[in-house]
Amino acid sequence: MGKTITEKIFAKSSGNPDAAPGENVWLNVDTLMTHDVCGPPTIQIWKREFGEKAKIWDKEKLVIFPDHYIFTADKYANRNVEALRQFAKEHDFKNFYDVGTPRYKGVCHIALAEEGYNRPGTVLFGTDSHTCTSGAFGMFSTGVGNTDAAFILGTGKIWERVPESMKFTFDGELPPYLTAKDLILHILGEITTDGATYRAMEFDGDGVFSLDMYERMTLTNMAIEAGGMSGIIAADKVAEDYVKSRTDKPYEIFRSDDDAVYHSKYRFDASAIEPTVAKPHSPDNRDTARNVAGTRLTKCYIGSCTGGKITDFRFAAKILSGNKVAVPTFVVPASTEVARALEEETLGGKTLRQIFTDAGCEIAQSSCAACLGGPSDTVGRAVDRDVVISTTNRNFPGRMGSKQSEVYLASPLTVAASAVKGVIADPRDFIN
Amino acid sequence: MEKQIVGKAFVLGDNVDTDQIIPAEHLVYDMSDEKEARLYGKYALSSVPLEVSGLPQGGVPFVAQGEYASEFPIIVAGGNFGCGSSREHAPYALMKAGVKAVVAESYARIFYRNAVDGGFVAPIEAKEKINDGVKTGDELLVDLEKNVVENKTSGARWELRPLGDALPIIEAGGVFEYARASGMI
Repeated sequence: MGKTITEKIFAKSSGNPDAAPGENVWLNVDTLMTHDVCGPPTIQIWKREFGEKAKIWDKEKLVIFPDHYIFTADKYANRNVEALRQFAKEHDFKNFYDVGTPRYKGVCHIALAEEGYNRPGTVLFGTDSHTCTSGAFGMFSTGVGNTDAAFILGTGKIWERVPESMKFTFDGELPPYLTAKDLILHILGEITTDGATYRAMEFDGDGVFSLDMYERMTLTNMAIEAGGMSGIIAADKVAEDYVKSRTDKPYEIFRSDDDAVYHSKYRFDASAIEPTVAKPHSPDNRDTARNVAGTRLTKCYIGSCTGGKITDFRFAAKILSGNKVAVPTFVVPASTEVARALEEETLGGKTLRQIFTDAGCEIAQSSCAACLGGPSDTVGRAVDRDVVISTTNRNFPGRMGSKQSEVYLASPLTVAASAVKGVIADPRDFIN
Repeated sequence: MEKQIVGKAFVLGDNVDTDQIIPAEHLVYDMSDEKEARLYGKYALSSVPLEVSGLPQGGVPFVAQGEYASEFPIIVAGGNFGCGSSREHAPYALMKAGVKAVVAESYARIFYRNAVDGGFVAPIEAKEKINDGVKTGDELLVDLEKNVVENKTSGARWELRPLGDALPIIEAGGVFEYARASGMI
């Protein structure tokens, strides 16, 4: 009987070639990632449990990106970043991308890719639910809490249940008005927010392999929104080229066998999908942009690990170029590398940054910002009865700030089209 | 951990996510400082929309104004409890608010792991949907030996799924205690 890519990675990492779905196995962790919200409590637990002389199991394998509550006056939030700084100093720890230094990166899931931590065949755990994003590189990656992270920090090991896999195949290339965000919102509408609980979501088909790495990351990023343990896409030449350009560390490519067993399989014709939104208050509350067109908005938001990558801003710029936004629109590049690219990449002779500035957008510094609300002074935060359309990942009540607010999730094309009209709009009004 | 948990139930719906359990703006308090840590109890379930807070009638704050703990030690919910972010502050906040057990139809993976490995609250799965058979304020008895939950107010009983491999970890008080007791670390 064949194995899925996820089962093969579990077999390698656990040293148990027979590890089958449903079994709990101990994994050897290749990379542990944490950030400013969960890092300090993880370190506290690690010190409490392993004593004051606690040792990091492997300093090369730990990476810390402050990214959540960065540009704020909140004293508690700033204390958290300071705690990470102290930890890095105490332990002479190098993989720390501190705020206020040229090394500062921004949103961890994007930074992991850019800094070469995503390598095919490896196992990554992170104290953030969107750690599943890294699965776009043909690796196993998932989120855990602070206690599990503290356990890994001291031992390099963690127990995990071998997940069953679900396969999602997209046939055909995406038309110009669609993005990976539409595909994943479409899937969420099919399987709902617990449709993949405890399972791996494997993405396949020429529709997926025609996407670049950043668009693929949008698919794997939202696996958690279906309850998925992980999202995964086998590494191809596009993935290998990206990885080689970022690191010279070794990697190993696994692929699912033809006779691998899946919990379920879904197949979609990419060209038949329409620009898709998730209505308040759940990422599976699917509708088409066309059906909700005309809904009045008070804010538009383009940012986060899901929708703040350079590809997202290329899409948005196509529509915002030469247009003006009709409602306050926030542009939050996920990482400092993305922010630099906005100043370098051009469209019609203007940089993307100039296009957004001319359209009247507010451009903020790289961080998670209002995707998860954050402290009250967070840029773009939803207040009162705001109605927001956003390229982010969750729209549960209160996610972006005010619990009276309403959040629609959509692609960067749909958000940009809506920003210009001031009401929800179908990007096909701008792009054929 | 107690094998029999008795107390008043607080009833919620499906898909109660971690932002509703502990809103992101409160994730900054120091858990090792008791004065700050009790704020997690104060704000537990504070972002549940009021109309569905304390079903079936709604409008019941989980933690009363000015208090740091709840009068409800048992939470009864529908499917996919704890979905959303990986924040361990979610089961921690419930523990700080005085919750001893959650009985839901199903859990999101990370919340389940955090509840077990941190030794915060027992995430108990009912074999069927029970949140429409319990009213907020009903007196429940959760029996982890017999794997049943009894509504002492209405007399209804439901079967629970055994906690299986998670039970020894919960009994030990969390994954570290378990690993130490079993000689793993």
